[in-house]
Amino acid sequence: MESEEEFKMPLLGDEAPDFEAQTSQGKLRLSDFKGSWLVMFSHPGDFTPVCTTEFMAFAELAGEFKKRNCELLGLSVDSAPSHIAWVRNIEEKTGVKIPFPIIADGNKEVAKKYGMIHPGQSATETIRATFIIDADGILRLILYYPLTTGRNMQEILRCIDALQTADKHHVATPANWKKGEKVIVPFPLDQESAEARLKEGYECIDWYLCKKELKKE
Amino acid sequence: MPCILPDGSITETAKKVLAVAMTEKSVEEIAKGSSLPLFRVRSSIRELIDAEFIAEKNGKYLTTEKGKEKI
Repeated sequence: MESEEEFKMPLLGDEAPDFEAQTSQGKLRLSDFKGSWLVMFSHPGDFTPVCTTEFMAFAELAGEFKKRNCELLGLSVDSAPSHIAWVRNIEEKTGVKIPFPIIADGNKEVAKKYGMIHPGQSATETIRATFIIDADGILRLILYYPLTTGRNMQEILRCIDALQTADKHHVATPANWKKGEKVIVPFPLDQESAEARLKEGYECIDWYLCKKELKKE
Repeated sequence: MPCILPDGSITETAKKVLAVAMTEKSVEEIAKGSSLPLFRVRSSIRELIDAEFIAEKNGKYLTTEKGKEKI
């Protein structure tokens, strides 16, 4: 029972569990990010190859995340000095500066709160978990990747675009949608609306699948 | 990186926060005025309040006399 509680994962739509943690940029609380979107992501370990490529990829797109009012926050069970040394090493060897803080979660307090330890993968390292948290602190999207598979940062950006577009325009986004493409009009919930839907000027395959362009911003 | 170093000196981030808060400001105004992200401003303010370099009143923040000496 205790271990079930230990690895309880927060669910989409939940308020993201708050914490205070030591990071490579000082002590931070999750609530410090309120007002901004946040991509919080864990990695298995500093000075490891896949994680290094991921950090470089996140850093290279940091400006794109900023444009979306989105901050980045890394996490692993390594210490703050290890994070600092790794970040400095990445910059020295590749010229890529890591601009975002990294949580030093040695006691796994945050990792346990967010279900970042998957014992089937590793009992000691955090897997590649990604949490997108909105400006109100609500958990909006979770991605889990195994230790061997690096994440696709463009997909994470695409998810933020999709969530922000859905919020702003009250629409949904289809498979493989990218910003600027047509969006899905929410399907009608009664027969009268369903019959009217086909006359509303949308691009429809049928009453339940209609798309529209959004006005250019 | 903490705002206040073990030798009592403060970081550039802390100086920016204190400089903007010379007149009463909200967190958002300090973030805008210092070009720092909100999360850095909030965490810095916590430390600066503990050190009595900044004071809070009705959700606004003002650099104290002690804080002014650090800029």
